[in-house]
Amino acid sequence: MTWAALLVAAAACYAMKLAGLSLPHRMLQDPRVQRTVPLLPVALLAALIATQTFSSGGRLVLDVRAAALAVAGVAVILRAPFLVVVVAGAATAALLRLAF
Amino acid sequence: MIASDAKRGIVRDAVGIGIATGAYAVSFGAISVTAGLSIAQTCALSLLMFTGASQFAFAGVIAAAGSPWAGAAAAMLLGTRNALYGLRLTTLLEVSGVRRLLAAQLVIDETTAMAIARDKPAQSRFAFYATGVAIFSLWNLGTLAGAIATHALPDPKVLGFDAAPPAAFLALLAPRLRAREPLAIALAAALVALVLLPVVPAGVPLLVVAGLVVLYGLRRGSG
Repeated sequence: MTWAALLVAAAACYAMKLAGLSLPHRMLQDPRVQRTVPLLPVALLAALIATQTFSSGGRLVLDVRAAALAVAGVAVILRAPFLVVVVAGAATAALLRLAF
Repeated sequence: MIASDAKRGIVRDAVGIGIATGAYAVSFGAISVTAGLSIAQTCALSLLMFTGASQFAFAGVIAAAGSPWAGAAAAMLLGTRNALYGLRLTTLLEVSGVRRLLAAQLVIDETTAMAIARDKPAQSRFAFYATGVAIFSLWNLGTLAGAIATHALPDPKVLGFDAAPPAAFLALLAPRLRAREPLAIALAAALVALVLLPVVPAGVPLLVVAGLVVLYGLRRGSG
């Protein structure tokens, strides 16, 4: 099932790239579409951050992942490169688990 | 025609971006394998999906024990922005037929940014393909390296990579928060998702948030 979902999602992502190069301009140039589409990643990424940091098995929890996110946030504010942000978050979780 | 020094500059930029995204791909490979995806699935995501935020979302939802279809939905919704990139690129690239089918796979944040940064169409086209080829090669190489290295570990969770997806999402989100409206939308989306989380199946909070932001955007745009 993972493979099926993966291939469907990949095909859909490709279809969207191709649609941008193929569809008549007026369909995507609608100002409402132009305004709304860039807001989607903002909302989805924020929702993903919240749900994956503060939940476990469908329940709200507070654990080392919140600290990992906070450290990643500091790295982002300091304009660290992507890999440094990810490793800082992962290392925080790993160290806190070792310590407690 | 493109002057050779302009060409050299474009290639230098493209390779620089390629190396940076290659490093980022190593972390994707690590996160994806830690999430429970196989090396083959991880590499298939980078080859076939080839759009970073969507790939991280797919692996992230699976890491959080969500359904693969919830991951697929999140990946697709995050991929919608590439359609707008394609729209900006059509007049610059002027591609058709098989060439368009190949060029489409390279339509992502970085290639679009590099292409529209140039003021001559020939340079834009060259920048698009140079960046696209550099990123596609190093992105897939980095993914494979990260996946194999993580797979070799007896317990990748010891390194904390299971806690890394939110850090990756934050790094992807931060550059989009430079104004007040996206910041407010991000906070509201996080809050709505957390309120819904205990009462609906996994993955549904993301779909509700996406629906709400579309309603918001369409209303604001028409008013």
